[in-house]
Order: sequence, then structure tokens, then C-alpha cells
Amino acid sequence: MNKIEASVHRRIRADKFFKAMIILLSLGSIVPMFLILFLITRNGISVVNWEFLSQLPKPVGEFGGGISNAIFGSLWLILLSFIFSVPLGVFAGIFLSEYKAGRLAYLTSLSIEILQGIPSIVIGIIAYVWVVLPMGSFSALSGGVALGIMMLPVIVMATAETLKLIPDSLREASLALGVSYPRTIMKVILPAGLSGILSGILLGIARVTGETAPLLFTAFGSPFMNQNILKPINSLPLTIFNYATSPYPEWHTLAWGASFVLIAFVLGLNLITKLVTKKWKVQF
Amino acid sequence: MNHTIADAAVAASRAKITMQYRWGISEALFRRLLYFAGLVLVVLLMAIFFSLVISSVPALRQFGFRFLIGKTWDPVRGEFGAFAFLVGTLMSSFMALLISMVFSLPVSIFLGEYFRHGNASTFMKSVIELLAGIPSVIYGFWGLFLLVPLVRALEAKLGVAPQGVGIFTSSLVLAVMIIPYASSIGTEVINLVPSDLKEAALSLGATRFEVIRKVVLPYAYSGIFAGVLLALGRALGETMAVTMVIGNSNFLPTSIFSPGNTMASVIANEFTEATGSLYLASLIELALVLFIVTTIINILGKLIIRKMSTGK
Repeated sequence: MNKIEASVHRRIRADKFFKAMIILLSLGSIVPMFLILFLITRNGISVVNWEFLSQLPKPVGEFGGGISNAIFGSLWLILLSFIFSVPLGVFAGIFLSEYKAGRLAYLTSLSIEILQGIPSIVIGIIAYVWVVLPMGSFSALSGGVALGIMMLPVIVMATAETLKLIPDSLREASLALGVSYPRTIMKVILPAGLSGILSGILLGIARVTGETAPLLFTAFGSPFMNQNILKPINSLPLTIFNYATSPYPEWHTLAWGASFVLIAFVLGLNLITKLVTKKWKVQF
Repeated sequence: MNHTIADAAVAASRAKITMQYRWGISEALFRRLLYFAGLVLVVLLMAIFFSLVISSVPALRQFGFRFLIGKTWDPVRGEFGAFAFLVGTLMSSFMALLISMVFSLPVSIFLGEYFRHGNASTFMKSVIELLAGIPSVIYGFWGLFLLVPLVRALEAKLGVAPQGVGIFTSSLVLAVMIIPYASSIGTEVINLVPSDLKEAALSLGATRFEVIRKVVLPYAYSGIFAGVLLALGRALGETMAVTMVIGNSNFLPTSIFSPGNTMASVIANEFTEATGSLYLASLIELALVLFIVTTIINILGKLIIRKMSTGK
């Protein structure tokens, strides 16, 4: 009897110990997240002010200077990648949800899954080979192409997944009223799935905003405020990379500030995406 | 009277015909447009692959298979062997995988078994999601300023050359970066374990721990493996964070603390200054290898998951 009791106690102890370890290790895995946020807030927030956001960078040794060109460049690159990826991505998403059973649809979804897994640096090389080499210069355009390719799978997946959830009765009702198929898709199905598509687009933007590797040899970076898309352009992550790996402490300070701006932007987008999905969730 | 009725009928049928005509055309066009969009993506993937192959032809022709086993990478003499980078990539990725598994598996069990709903679950899920959303250049910056001094202190204690940067440091950063991927897939597959199995074990008097060890983990094993595989795919191709903390040395690493380079980081470092077509082609061949390896890993991982979630 005592033996059985002892074994039960041992098993219960093991159970409790295991649960405690699981909780401890789980909490341990989120420590880096708080360390990162803490470090960036502590070092970055004091740097960020209006001058920092609105001025151009200054040469080494001169105090001050800002990141306005990087913010402007990031916005340009986002716009370009948006143009390259959203129309194509949404249409491909409609295709995937409308023709799920076809052979081409299978190939397309396979391609999307592979595209999503391609390392970003490889995408950078592709944009270099396709755009920079023929045009003979690093450019914002090539950076936009690279980021557009990165964004594409996110948008296609989000669109396809959302549209698959929309019930057939909606489509049938529209078709029964004599509305043509294209109109049914554009005016009934797409609006019904708008929140999912929108959140996919926002997620895609959040993903590419932080990308550095595909821009190293496409957008390249530039210390000037550049408005020509055929010329090199700066971006926030590029600025952080260049400043962080430089030997000058005053540039490190700027890198902390730029990191703070970038993280606020990216996490803010993630938050908005969450709100969008929650508020306008597809419900039938 | 008759006249107007006939007129109206003609007009109506004409309108009907035009409408059908228009719809017919636009519907066919619309369908073609959709097909085209799907096709473009397939073509895009093919084009990426073939562009990489074509651009790396000079290196493929010059070195052949020796490219992967050659130990010297000397741009000045035009000698390109990627063995050191291969070793650097595998060392940093697998070490990162080992370290991150210690944390990602508990997170999966935490979210899939102990706290499936409620505040603790929501909190954990959102923090892990945030972790996945942090840009890699910021991980690198953080590693450079927080981990590098720590590793340097550790190395000084262990009696190795205290450089701080190196393969070990990059594994640490990578480990943190891949926790979200491995743990979210792990959570998903642990959620797939049928509750009658768990309830049967519980009703026989098993403790929660025993249920997890003897029922949940064996059932979810292949899915957890797939999650680790997909995380490995991420780690292999990760560029910025690794480039910033690995030390960028083109020599074969001698220990886990020695500085090195991965395939991705050497591309990031040398691509813009690559002069000569052979140099450029060699770097693009590295990208080709990276592309092929990550593609195989991704497809394998997704196949395993699909098999698990549909083959119940």
C-alpha cells in the first residue's frame, strides 16, 4: 500500500514539475522580445523628435541629422511594391478560390508556397539580375520589384483563404438575379471578403517594411532626398544596418532612433491588422 | 398598334442579344484574366529558378561540383569554393534549431495543451506574434549590442579568443528568430490530437504529464518535426541578423565560437563589390543552392503537415 502511495506521489510530483518547467521555459522564450522592446525604447525614444524625422543625415562628426530621406524612401518602396503586388495578388487569389480543383490552381498554390519560402536575399539577387543589370543602375524601382515579389504570396494567400470562406449562397443569389459572373465577383464576393484581403495587404506591407536583404543591391541606399525612381533610394532598415555596423557612436544613436521608428511602424501595422480582422470579420 | 408591339419585341430581343454578347465576352475575358494571374505566379517562380541557373553558368562551368567542396574563397586569385560557407550555414542553423527547440516545444505544449484559451493563452500568442513581426535587421542590431558583449564575456571565461562575434552568437540570434515559426506549427499539430485519446489515458489514471509524454507527443511527432523543418528553412536563408553578428570571415570555422560566414551573409557582404563575371556568378550560384535547399525543405515540411491534418 505504501509503495503504491509513494509511486502516486512521485507521479504527481513529476506532473507538477513538468508543468512548472513548461511555464518557465515558455516565459523564457518571450524574454528576448521584452529585452528588444526595452532596449530600443530606452535608447531610441530620446533621439526621436521633429528634427530627427524631418532632417537629412549629416556627415560623420557633425552632431544631429535626421532620417527623413529613409522614411520617405521606405514609403516610396512600399508604394511601388504595392503597385506591383496587389492587383496581381488579388486576382491570383480570386483565381485560387474560384478554380480550386484545376491543375493550374494546384501549380499556382504550390508556386506560392515555394515563393513564400525563398530567402529574401535570393529575391534581392533576382531583382538585381532582372532590373538593375539591364537598366545599369541601382534604383528605387528595382527595390520595389524585390519587395513586390516578397509581398505577393502574403496577399494571394490572404485573398484565397478569405474568399473560400464566403458561402456559395451569396454568389448564387447574385447570379440568380441575372448579374453577370464578373460583376458577381467584383461587386459581391470581393466586398464580402474585403476585411481579409485588407488585412493580408497590411500584413504584407508590415513584412516588407522591415526587409533589408532584398534592398542591399537594389535600392542600395542614398544619403539624399531622392524623388527619381530610377535612382538609388534609402530605406529605414537600410539606414539601421548602415548606422549600426558603423564604428561611430553618434551613428549608433541614430540607428536606435531609426529602429524605434521602424518598430513602431511595423508593430502599429500589425495592431491595425488585428483590429481590422476583428471588426470586419467575414461572418455568415 | 401591332407595329409598336413588334417594335418593342425587336428592341427587347436586340437588347437581350447585346447583353448576352457583352456578358459573354466580358465573362470569357474575365476568366482568362483570372487564369492569367494564376499563370503569372507559376511563370514567376520558373523565371526565378532559370534566371539563377543562367546567371551562375560561368561558375557552374568553371568549378562544377568542386564549388561546394572547395575550401578556398579567394576573389583576388579567382578561386571560389563555398565549403566554408556551407559549414558556417549548417553549423549556425542546426545550433539555432537545437537552442530554439528547448523553448519552442514548451511554448507549443503551453498553448496547445495547458492554456488553450483564456488570458494566458492570448497574452502568449500575441507576444509570439510580435516576435515574428520584428524585422531581422533589428534582431541583428540587438544581437550586436546585447549578445556580443555577453558572448565575449563567456568566451573570456572559457579561455577562447574573446571576439564576441561568431557562429555561436549568430545561432543565439537565429534561435530567438525562429521560435515563432516552430512553436506556432507545433501548437497547431498538438491541437489536432483527438481529445478521446487524451481522455482515455486520463480516465485510466494517467497524469497530465504522462498524457503529454505518452499520447500527445507521439501523435504529434511528425507535425512537430515538420515545424522544426520549416524553421530550419527560415534559419538557412536568414541574412541580415546573421551578417551583423557572425564576424564575416571566409575561412573554415574551427570551433563554434570562431567567426565565419553563411551562404546568405557572404552574398550580402560581397555582392555589391563583386568585380568580374566569375565572382558574380559564384555568388549567384550560392543563391541558387540556397534556393534549391530551402525549396526542398519547405515542400517536405508542408507535405508532412498536410498529411497529418487530412489523414486522420
